[in-house]
Amino acid sequence: MGSTRRDVIAGFAAAGLSAAMPHGLISQGMAQTGKPRKGGMLKMWLAEPVMLTGAFNSTGQIFQISGKMFDGLVSYDFDLNPKPQLATSWEVSPDGKSITFKLRSGVKWHDGQPFTAADVQFSATKVWKALHPRGRSTYRYLSDVEAPDALTAIFRFERPSPYVMNSLAGMESQILPRHLYEGKDILTNPANLRPVGTGPFKFKEWQRGQYILLERNPDYWDAPKPYLDGIVMVIMPDSASRAVALESSELDIAGAIPVSLADARRLEKIPTLTIPQRGSEAIAYQAFMELNLRRPYFQDVRVRQAMYHAIDRAFIVKNIYFDFGKPATGPISYENTKYYSGSVPRYEFSIARANALLDEAGMKRQSDGLRFRITQDPLPFGDHYLRSADYFKQQMALVGIAVDIRNQDFPTYYKRVYTDYDFDTTTTGAFGLTDPTVGIQRFYWSKNITPGVSFSNGSGYNSPAADAALEAAQIEVDPVKRAALFHDFQNIVMNDLPIFPIADAQYVTIKNKAVTNTEVDPFGIHGNFAEVYLNR
Amino acid sequence: MTRYAAFLIRRLMQACIIVVGIVCVNFVVVHLAPGNLAEVMAGQGGGADAGYIAALKERFGLDQSLWVQFGRYVWNLLQFDLGYSFRESMPVSVLIADKLAATLILMVSSLAIAFMLGVSLGMLAAMRPNAISDVVISLLALIGYATPLFWLGLLLILLFTVKLGWLPSGGMRTIGVPSTGLAGILDIARHAILPVVTLTVFYMAVFIRLMRASVLNVASLDFVKTAYAKGMSFRQVYAHHVLGNALLPMVTMLGVNVGGILGGSVVVETVFGWPGLGRLTFDAIFSRDINLLLGILFFSSLLVVVTNLVTDLVSAWIDPRIEVSK
Repeated sequence: MGSTRRDVIAGFAAAGLSAAMPHGLISQGMAQTGKPRKGGMLKMWLAEPVMLTGAFNSTGQIFQISGKMFDGLVSYDFDLNPKPQLATSWEVSPDGKSITFKLRSGVKWHDGQPFTAADVQFSATKVWKALHPRGRSTYRYLSDVEAPDALTAIFRFERPSPYVMNSLAGMESQILPRHLYEGKDILTNPANLRPVGTGPFKFKEWQRGQYILLERNPDYWDAPKPYLDGIVMVIMPDSASRAVALESSELDIAGAIPVSLADARRLEKIPTLTIPQRGSEAIAYQAFMELNLRRPYFQDVRVRQAMYHAIDRAFIVKNIYFDFGKPATGPISYENTKYYSGSVPRYEFSIARANALLDEAGMKRQSDGLRFRITQDPLPFGDHYLRSADYFKQQMALVGIAVDIRNQDFPTYYKRVYTDYDFDTTTTGAFGLTDPTVGIQRFYWSKNITPGVSFSNGSGYNSPAADAALEAAQIEVDPVKRAALFHDFQNIVMNDLPIFPIADAQYVTIKNKAVTNTEVDPFGIHGNFAEVYLNR
Repeated sequence: MTRYAAFLIRRLMQACIIVVGIVCVNFVVVHLAPGNLAEVMAGQGGGADAGYIAALKERFGLDQSLWVQFGRYVWNLLQFDLGYSFRESMPVSVLIADKLAATLILMVSSLAIAFMLGVSLGMLAAMRPNAISDVVISLLALIGYATPLFWLGLLLILLFTVKLGWLPSGGMRTIGVPSTGLAGILDIARHAILPVVTLTVFYMAVFIRLMRASVLNVASLDFVKTAYAKGMSFRQVYAHHVLGNALLPMVTMLGVNVGGILGGSVVVETVFGWPGLGRLTFDAIFSRDINLLLGILFFSSLLVVVTNLVTDLVSAWIDPRIEVSK
């Protein structure tokens, strides 16, 4: 936090140079033509995590820090195709029931032990399949991992599990060092707080409530990377303070929508700062509204369609998301180019159409002009949910539906929406992630109506057609047919509308222009930062 | 002396009963909130299945009945064990000890400065009521009292960090520079200036208003008139008769605030990224980290009980008319 006025002035001077060039040219051009500069500490904001290992905890901030200390079997390009990382090659058997990985030789853990197939075997069977909140379903049909030699790992499945190839990044399916975990309690292992990984950065120090220090791994397999000397993860709980710290160059980069979106548009105009347009494709964040289909009002699909017609998603994106993102057209974000389909029923904004549909559905206005009264629970993370809820209330009033907004803290929200199903509508959001089976299916699959499980199918949507498409996609090995199944699925749920997709929102990162190469893959700020350098 | 001893023993016994009561009330209150730690942890991760949550509940002991959980809590407490925070993966006592120093630096320095300034300025204002000095001080106190802490904090950051670049905007130490000895102390002091000033402004406003009212009240009492009638000077009257008597309510107020020290100040800690207990408590509440919350509440209540005792003793020392035996 040793920022001085000199830093700020230096930053402005650099920005003065760049202002002469077209905006796009400078940020793109530097990444490609500039020779990486070695050295320097990167100051990055992080919400304080509870641990630093992501192999069985998928909290957002762990996702951000953990991938810098742990590489995955593969990484991904912008179209979400796998690229070699710890695995140099892989082969999926024709029946889809086994994947053979050839591992990179000479890779060492940060404590000097060699990385082998035994680590992969242990992590997949004992950690991901048993303990990871999403891994428990991703690896449900994993029967065994064989390690015929130190550099070969063969995944065996009871059923084809094609989505596994989309879930192997270092922060999602994280390989833990077997020699530190085997025979000990995994959840309370001290290495969870002082991790030993294979990635470009090593854990150095964690001062709770203050910062986490990562230092360069000099023995990284992809020499001469990493270029940075280290990364300081600064813990700053207040968003207004974060805005000031970015402005005064006390922070170089902050992700996961670090400040209010209105503030982000203000910071964007500051010459030293920029907001990258890429780097959240693998997150594929979407804001949406869930409807409790158990309620009598919502049984008739015309009522749901009417309500959706009354919500101007373009207005929400412009005025609540400040144009960070696009109006959503379906359950899968447009950022997931591999599976997104635009040819689904569209519901243009029309109050007249909404009123007509409600009349048609027999929801007559009472003497006070109201048809019925519902509640709305915004997810208590970030004020864009609350503001969307306010907008929802205004719009519903126009079609004769009274809305009571209920504010609460997260544990109360959780119990109401996912345990007791004591809600009418919500405003919420979730990561679509790299594969719809992993990120989207949970909200729509009838087998995922599981009381007490958060971010599950809380609306109670039960459609045999949608289930059939989702279940076929789970085991379809042919990528083209699999994409077609997801297109069908999008079509079905946009006809049924158990959930209102609102905005494919950008998962905003704000950074100093000197920070280069943070958007080299679809994970952006969640990536391993081996290629990141400071151009100052 | 024996009177003091008897008084102390009786008060200590009362304190024990109060602490037992607090332990029970704390336990009930924190369990009234809906939701639990297992659900929050699974929920923040997103997409966990039912088996995962059940496994967490079993691990945290949340699958047991409340009576069993209470029994375990009391049994641990009797062995001076505050329990384990599953969210932070650390024993509660370690977590509290970790943040204690930072909290004390922030709270003790602001309270001490605010008390001294409050007494002096309040006295100054009351000595010449409605004069210019009184109007200025009272106005300052009013503004200080009415200004939201987070707003004042952000304004100070804007001025001293963004515009002037003199002070760091947050944190407690310069990161990556392991400084010890005098350099380390100066580093922490530099980081502490803005949060301490912010908090001082608020406390000082409270103390000024109280001190001013208290001095005005005492100054109108009969024994002050008598003192003037005896021929004492204005200065002597205030130094010997008014000040001591006016301090009594201030001591009580200081005691109330000291009792709250362990709670820290969530707002100031949040704005300045100060690693104190207030923020820890805040996070514990919103993640339903019951063990941690109970630990902090227990510690705070102990401090309140002890401070009350000390306040009474100090009051008796300042004003001999307050009899400790009654």
